[in-house]
Parts: sequence; structure tokens; C-alpha cells
Amino acid sequence: MNKRPFAITLDVGSSRANHTGSWRVERPVYVDRLPPCNNACPAGENIQGWLYEAESGNYEAAWRALVEENPFPAIMGRICFHPCETACNRVQVDEAVGINAVERFLGDYALAHGLRLPHPGAATGHRVLVVGAGPAGLSAAYHLRRMGHYVRLVDSSPKLGGMMRYGIPAYRLPRDVLDAEIARVIDMGVDVVLDHNVQDIERERELGNFDAVFLAVGAQLGKRVDIPAGDSSKILDAVTFLHQVADERPPMLGRRVVVYGGGDTALDAARTARRLGATEAVIVYRRTQDQMPAHGEELTQALGEGVTLRWLSTINQVDGDTIMIEKMRLNAEGFPEATGEFEALGADAVVLALGQETDLTLLERDGRVEVKDGVVQVASDLMTSDRGVFAGGDAVPANRTATVAVGHGKKAARGIDAFVRGVSVESVAKHELASFEHLNTWYYSDAERTQRPELEKVRRQDNFEEVVLGLTERNALFEARRCMSCGNCFECDNCFGVCPDNAVMKLGANGKYEIDYDFCKGCGICARECPCGAITMVPELI
Amino acid sequence: MTRRPIHFYQVGSFAVGNRLLSDGERTVQSDAARTNSIDSGHRACQGCGEALGARYALDAAMRATGNRVVAVNATGCLEVFSTPYPETSWRIPWLHSLFGNAPAVATGVAAALRVKGRDDVRVVSQAGDGGTVDIGFGALSGMFERNDDVLFICYDNEGYMNTGVQRSAATPPAARTATTEVVGPHPGNAFGQGKDLPRIAMAHDVAYVATATVADLHDLEAKVERAMQFRGARYLHILVPCPLGWGSDSSETIHVARLAKETGLFPVFEAEYGVVTSVSKIRRVTPVEEYLKLQRRFAHLFGKNPRPDIVTHLQEIANRNIERYGLRDEEVVAPRHARTEVEV
Repeated sequence: MNKRPFAITLDVGSSRANHTGSWRVERPVYVDRLPPCNNACPAGENIQGWLYEAESGNYEAAWRALVEENPFPAIMGRICFHPCETACNRVQVDEAVGINAVERFLGDYALAHGLRLPHPGAATGHRVLVVGAGPAGLSAAYHLRRMGHYVRLVDSSPKLGGMMRYGIPAYRLPRDVLDAEIARVIDMGVDVVLDHNVQDIERERELGNFDAVFLAVGAQLGKRVDIPAGDSSKILDAVTFLHQVADERPPMLGRRVVVYGGGDTALDAARTARRLGATEAVIVYRRTQDQMPAHGEELTQALGEGVTLRWLSTINQVDGDTIMIEKMRLNAEGFPEATGEFEALGADAVVLALGQETDLTLLERDGRVEVKDGVVQVASDLMTSDRGVFAGGDAVPANRTATVAVGHGKKAARGIDAFVRGVSVESVAKHELASFEHLNTWYYSDAERTQRPELEKVRRQDNFEEVVLGLTERNALFEARRCMSCGNCFECDNCFGVCPDNAVMKLGANGKYEIDYDFCKGCGICARECPCGAITMVPELI
Repeated sequence: MTRRPIHFYQVGSFAVGNRLLSDGERTVQSDAARTNSIDSGHRACQGCGEALGARYALDAAMRATGNRVVAVNATGCLEVFSTPYPETSWRIPWLHSLFGNAPAVATGVAAALRVKGRDDVRVVSQAGDGGTVDIGFGALSGMFERNDDVLFICYDNEGYMNTGVQRSAATPPAARTATTEVVGPHPGNAFGQGKDLPRIAMAHDVAYVATATVADLHDLEAKVERAMQFRGARYLHILVPCPLGWGSDSSETIHVARLAKETGLFPVFEAEYGVVTSVSKIRRVTPVEEYLKLQRRFAHLFGKNPRPDIVTHLQEIANRNIERYGLRDEEVVAPRHARTEVEV
């Protein structure tokens, strides 16, 4: 019979019988958005991904995630101009995350702990010739070996590294770091041929029975301009100059050195001249300091080392140990124009740093690869007009940086892999960008960027010791933890905590969450309060 | 190498949890095994601040007492949406009587437990602002005066929302409600009225009085835990935005609560035996407009016929709170827990 208390006709039930999910007009959905750093990285690194590992202090896992895309963290952590930091959303909170500094820390950590790159893939029997052992060629070799293809890497120089060795001075990239990271790639079983100048692509391809060729020949020729000059004047181009210094046979420049140009190479040349004993290293540039294409950090370092600048100036004539400079002014459109005012400047040598060009004699002789405006024309998979011949790095139209070249190496490897297997490259659609508006930055506490220490200026004057120093582990960890993980869940439990309906379930060990749509009313608090923008509201189909 | 103390920086340090924090540093809410004192399926509106505040406070009380809590509930939204016969959302011992007598019922429960020698079981009494500052006020003052061993929690959504958004003594000046309409030269609720119950509670010299919002979970949970360390009468006043009554978007509940604190309109502090012992500093100074504009109950202050004079008046109230409690600070405001230092 009825055992219930007086006047009670129903047993107590749980409110879980009431599926409030039916109220919903919008549903929260977990998404991964593309972090702006990843989007900006020319090498296609998953920066947010490896910072996530580094945040936990799991440096090996972080390094492994990094070398998935780029085998040179210690090199990149020194010479990359880090477009990732320019794109970083944290710029709008305080300062960008020091991604480059953490990358270097991970690179150095891996070298110190002797971490090995992944094993090469199972042999496929396909053979690839890579011409040029700079960042593009080495990166291609790395990725091709991982895919299991045989790689022969040839270079006309006696050592590997291309412009990373012959263009970038040792005070920016110590040679032991360069050698160690390159050796790690070669140890994956790359067949190296040095001091070999390829004369005929087609012939080499046939002789070696190669299925594909990757041309990564770089841009090795310094641009020249016609400057009226006396016989006794000493004029040389920056590329040759830096190459000779790298070869440890630096030219005699004298006491006063003038560098003509406003790019990074001009700064490298001027800073190198200072280290070789020049008491005056003057950069002459025809536009203003703001318009210099050189990167700001390097300019600051150069000025700190006593390099001086003469902007709005052109070199008109070189005669013996004097050069004539013509002053310029900016016209209404912001272009420099001559003023007719001249000034003499003492100079024992003039170094031209006016840009570089690709040596096209090889390609012109070949005739099968289309060349336009001094660069090789390529399709989206980096294949040239000659089937099976790919090209990348400074020889193709792109920004000429080592990081872009590394990215080209990876892209070409994918293109080549698809080509030799007779398939087309699978293109993956990019996720929606995790722009700043998607974030709720309240949840990130305030933290300034950790500055990298620099070598004292007095110690930089006569040697090639590294100028920018690394972070300690503690500071690298701190810096990694400044990452806001834009667009990607970092398991902060906010959605789980802020739901008024307990409709977010925490799945446990793997740290992910799931929405219980039986009870989610679609209020949207979880999406609004997600710090990193990893939840979006989607209208219900009614 | 010098060491500079810095505020612990970690993604999520103001968030509910974080994979990098030790268990002790995480909130009760980040625990997958939290009590969930109030279960899914309750009939609160989308984005209800009170449902959230009640779960936050009671789950924290459960952890602080080793799961030995009896809750007494006044009539109000919280009671109505959680227990439509024959369903209940409560997963803890819970008892409802009338609108105005929750403090007195809690006194009775505490007395019964004392008689039974159960000093391990703690009593929490809860009500909305109507049941606290208006209808239950006499009973509450009596409970304070007798120093009964009860934590009384007021979930303040600044009006009688359950019955159709009527004014209470906790409704802020200028707010539109069903009984303070937007008419005449002084639209909305009148200035100079209402009760500041946290200060009234302090005047009773009870052991512990604190305010909190649903926007700062670490702070709220720490206050519940602290409150449970005292015996005798204690009072916790939690601001819980009401999307329906305030006319704010359901997704903005926490954001609105955060702005109430950041503008200074809702001072967050704690006091022991009538003396303020700590305040939550403002982290990002915010003018009151930003808070008001998110809520339709203040819409008449903006738009076609704006009332900057009234906005200024509200800003003056915020400024007075900032001065009274010392809410502004030059220092960087860090979360309650965890700091570290960095080598420079």
C-alpha cells in the first residue's frame, strides 16, 4: 500500500528527469582555432603546440613537437626574425611572448642532452637530388629522409650550411651550434657531396638515376651599382666579404669602412668590420632610419657596438680614401630625391650591401626551368616548369630569410613525395584564425616579457663571441607560460566551472571536456568565459 | 644575479583550474568529483547567476566540512527553480519553510544538532536579497544577535526576480524594475534608499562577514572556507547577476559581475568581528558606464535621451566605495594563490 507520508502522492525524483537542453537555441561547440604565431611562421611550426609542452617543463616533448616541422631550433632560436612574435596576440595585452628565446632554449637543451632527430622512414627506393646545402636544401633533406627517400645533397662550397655559414656572422650564430644541428640531419643518412658545382641538372639527374631534383641554390651574388671610382679605391660586396670572413681569410679593409645599404646584410657587414678592427664603421643609406629594411633588434645591437648611420645619403663617387656623399631628402611621396649637396667622407674601403641575386648560369644553360625577373618560377608545390624539378629558398620569389627557406624545404619535400608516388599534394584547409577578439584575456595574469641578456658591449669589439645570450631554464619556463594558447584548449577548467547547469563534463586523464546537451541551456557563458577562444556558439537547427 | 619577486604568471591563474597547478591550488569547482550540490535539470533561466553562486558556495562548504552540511532555504528563485514537486535538484540535506524565516529555521536546526551532540554537522542558511534584506531581515538580525552557529548566505540579484522583477532594498539606484518604472524626472529606483546588509551585519560584530561575486571563484571559495573556520553567526553576501531582471545577455553573467567589482559599485571585502581585514583590489579600473550599458534596466540612462547626470551620480557611489574600502592600488593585482619570482 501507500507508504508515503500524509498528503504525499509521488516519490521524490531528481531534477535530472527534466532535460533542459530542449530550451537551447544555440549550442556550445569546442573548436581549435589557428594561433596567429603558427599562422605567421614561415616554417609552419606548431608554436602553440610546442609551447604547451614547454609550459609543463617537458622540454624533450616540446623539442620533438618543434622538429616535426623544423630540424634547426637552436639555429632558428638565434637567427630567425620571428614573425610569430609580431603576430602574437599578447602584444595587445603587454608584450609578445618571447617565442624565439624559448625556441633557442629548447634547441640548446636538445644539443646539451644529445637528443636525436626522428628515425628515417622505411626506404621507398625513390632517389632525390638536392642541389644546395643551405637551410632550404637541408630542411628538404631532413623531411625527405623522414619519408624514407634516398637523398643526395650536393654543394659547391667545402662546408654545409649555405648562407647560414657564409652569410651570417659567428657572433649571431656560433659555428658549433650550426655544425651540431646540421650533423644531426646528415646522421639520418643523407649522402653528402661537397665542393661539387652542378653544371648540368639533366645530366646529373640521369647519371644518378634521380626521380626528382630540388634546386636550393640561394642568392649568392651581391648586387653591384656603378659608382665612379678611382683605381686605388677598395670596393667589395658584402656577400663576398662575409664569405671570406667565414672562410677565415678576411680581407684587409683599413681603419674606416663605409657600408652602403640598409638591410640586415649591411648591418652584418658593418658589425663584422668593427670586429675586424675598423675604428669607424659607417652605414650609408639613401632613405631614413625608419625605412631601413633591417630588423630593429639587430640595428639596436649594431648602434650599441659603435656602428654609425648616415641616412638620406647616396655614394656619388669613390676616389682613393675619400668618398663623395650626396645628401637626399624625401619628396612629398616619401621617396628620396637628390639635393645637389655633397660632402666628403674618409673611407679606406666601401662594402656594397645592396641586395643579392641568384646565379642563374646553371639554369639558363639548362633552359628547361622558367626564370623570370631573376628568380625561378614555381607552382604552389614548388615544382618548376621542368617536371620533377623543384626549387625553393632565395632562388624563388619570397622573403629571403633562413626560416622561409626551411619552410620551402618542407613544402618541396611534400611536393616531391607526392610527385614520386604519383599522387597530388593533400592540402589541408586552415582553421579559422584565433584573433584577439576571440580571447578573454581577463584570465591571464599580468607578466612582462623576460629579456634575453646580451654580451657586454666592451667584450664585442674584437671577437666573434655570441652577442645575444640564452635564457635560464627558469626564465624559459616562465616565458613559455606567458603563452595564451590562442584558439586551443589548455585545460583551465573554466567551462567546467562556470556552467550554471553542470552541463560540462570533465573527461579526466586526457584533460578534455564534453558538453552534456541533455542539460545545456545554451546560455553561452562557457564560450564567453573561455580564455583562449576554444568554444564557439552554433545555432541549433530548429 | 638578483631575484625580483613577480606575480605568478600562469595561463589560467584567474581561471577555475589549471593543469599546471597542484591539487591544493585548484578550486573546488575544478574537481571532477565536486559535490554538485545543485544538480542539472533545475529550471533556472539560461545564464542564471544564482544557480552558479549556490553551487560555488555550497560545494565549497561541503569540502570545508567534510561533506557535513545542512542547508536551509528561504522562498525565492533558488527554492522555486530547484524543487518543483516532485523533483529536486539538491544533492545535500536541504530544507525549505517560508520566505521570511530562513534564519530562524536555521537557528532551530543548529539548536537541534547541538542537542544531539552533532557539532560535526554545520548549518548554512540561504536566501535571495528579498528574503535577506527585506522579508527575513528581523529574523536574520536576531540570528546575528544570538550568535547562532549558522553561515547565512545572501545571493544578491538586486530584486524580486522570481515574482516578476520588483524592487527590493538591495536594488541599486536608477535601476528599472516593475515597481520603479522609468517615469518622471528621476526614472528608476530612488537614490538614497536601500540597505547595505554587509555593513549592517558587521555592526552586529559577528565573527565573519564577507562579500563576493560569481566572477572570482578563487576568492569566493576561500571566503566560504574561512567562514567555516568560525563558530557562531557568519554572513556571506554574493552578487549573482540575473539576466532576466537585469536585462543582460545570458552569456554575460560572469562578465557583468566582474564589472560590478571592477567599477567599485560592488565592493568585495571580508571582515572579522566588525573590522575589515582584506579587500579585493580593482585590477582594471573601469568607469560605471561599461557596467551599466550591458544591462537593459539602465538603458534609460543612455540612448536618445541620455542622463549623464544620473550616470555621474552612480559613478560617485562607486568612487565612495573605492575610497571607503581602499579598492585602488598601484600594484599589479595577482590572483589569491601562488606567486613566483624570476631571475633578472
